[in-house]
Amino acid sequence: MDTTTNTAISKVTDRYVYIEDVDMRFVTKKGVFEALKDINLSIKQGEFISLIGHSGCGKSTLLNLIAGLLEPSEGHLFCAGREIAAPGPERAVVFQNHSLLPWLTCAENVQLAVERVFGSESSVQQQLRTVAALELVGLSHAMDKRPNEISGGMKQRVGIARALAMEPKVLLLDEPFGALDALTRAGLQDELMKIMAKSGATAVMVTHDVDEAVLLSDRIVMMTNGPSAGIGEILDVNLARPRARLALAEDKDYNHLRSEVLRFLYERHAKKVA
Amino acid sequence: MSAISLEKESLKSIKQVASHEDATSNVIAANDESAQLEIDSSAAKIKAAKKKKMSIAVNHRNNKTYAFFKVVLPPMFGILLFLGIWTLISHQNPVLPGPVSTWKSAVELFAHPFYINTMDDQGIGWNILASLKRVALGFGLAALVGIPLGFMIGRYEFMSRMCAPVIGLLRPVSPLAWLPLGLLVLKAAGPAAIWVIFVSSIWPMVINTAVGVSKVPEDYMNVAKVLNLSEWKIITKISFPYVMPYMMTGVRLSIGIAWLVIVAAEMLNGGAGIGFWLWDEYNASNYEHIIIAIFVVGIIGLVLEQTLIAIAKRFSYE
Repeated sequence: MDTTTNTAISKVTDRYVYIEDVDMRFVTKKGVFEALKDINLSIKQGEFISLIGHSGCGKSTLLNLIAGLLEPSEGHLFCAGREIAAPGPERAVVFQNHSLLPWLTCAENVQLAVERVFGSESSVQQQLRTVAALELVGLSHAMDKRPNEISGGMKQRVGIARALAMEPKVLLLDEPFGALDALTRAGLQDELMKIMAKSGATAVMVTHDVDEAVLLSDRIVMMTNGPSAGIGEILDVNLARPRARLALAEDKDYNHLRSEVLRFLYERHAKKVA
Repeated sequence: MSAISLEKESLKSIKQVASHEDATSNVIAANDESAQLEIDSSAAKIKAAKKKKMSIAVNHRNNKTYAFFKVVLPPMFGILLFLGIWTLISHQNPVLPGPVSTWKSAVELFAHPFYINTMDDQGIGWNILASLKRVALGFGLAALVGIPLGFMIGRYEFMSRMCAPVIGLLRPVSPLAWLPLGLLVLKAAGPAAIWVIFVSSIWPMVINTAVGVSKVPEDYMNVAKVLNLSEWKIITKISFPYVMPYMMTGVRLSIGIAWLVIVAAEMLNGGAGIGFWLWDEYNASNYEHIIIAIFVVGIIGLVLEQTLIAIAKRFSYE
């Protein structure tokens, strides 16, 4: 009896996000386009997964499928043992272009998420949550600013705060730092690592930055080129946490992992330059 | 007013909004820059920044004299030229009052704008107010119906496809073509004029609102989906603020049309109003008053337009 419940629980935590035989096809003007084929992946609770691949390989599509923004043509996706049918606040998304509403202040943008998820709480409690989320990303001073009054890095941090404020089970990040300069990006990566260690949430991140993938992930899912893209290889990143950027730069394992990813991307699945 | 020129007008105003946004973002970029400069603590950098600011100030002063020649002078020249041509024509053709006699007559007229002798003999102030009231009623009703309709058309493709043929058919109809129908059904001149304004000024609001709603970026709608926002929240927090500038453009075009139509409708209808007054003064051979009426209509139209542009600027968020 005990053992069966234990295995059932470990099954749910081992397959916290579970993708089963997923195909994704789009109907376009030129006909049917198959973006993803035979995707199978299970993600453990608390794990940080990166999806990496050349542009157009469908990694964002896969993320949108987990988010529930798209429905798969074939197969099923599950989160915490339940099938993903629609988007929901338990799977918060940090969008590539931050997607803050420009007519709301930073605090109001976060508030929008808070009041939806914690609507039953008092307004004071909700405000505290908003403040706490912005504090977490170091933006309590910019609460009353509008998105166009702050820098790109700050906007992305508000986007992260908005996602975290919902206390999601899974955090989905779609090239969260892609539009930022290298220094800002590094700073935010470090912050994200700390936040993820603190919250213990499961995360799936789409990236095309090899260093970012190795630095942040527990596993790197490397995708083959589209159309009909699939999972080419999954790389375990067994680097101890907390990880320090500078120390890792000279670490043998780190550099080995890095070159593994590079080899996959540029030797075995090099993108033909058309 | 043809459909094509309307479309051009609406394009132009969208461009105006866009260029306004560009300008503000430039200002913001400039602010960012100066903020960045302030953060740098090295003395040399501060010096350089001060120099830069000074040179900007100098340029600014030069710009002022330059602006006088470039911005103030040409319109003044245009007005003088207009008055000159007018004088010339009125000399050739004595029936047409010249600027001087029109001015004198206007001073007399506006000395007592609010008197009432009979229903058909009222001060110009009352006539203007009567016209504005009609426009406000007709336009207000059009906004009340047109804006929600535009929202629905923009939000639901079914509605869009459903309404497209009817709107396409009715929009190009000349405003005065609706007057007999109004008289027939409403059986009174006043409501018929309001009906004409309603039916001819509703389209820009419907169309601009619908275009705005259908252009709400996919990203914002994805945010709404992920946050699982209610339809009400989507409208109040996302669609409405985003659509506001489009809607204001529609409102501006609609008011313009309403004001264009009022004069013609009142001429045919009688009663009080600036259009009726114009026609009445023509029949009474007060030719100066015809020209005054034209100027009054023009100036009020200009004021309405500028007011709405000012309001629209307040609602643009970029």
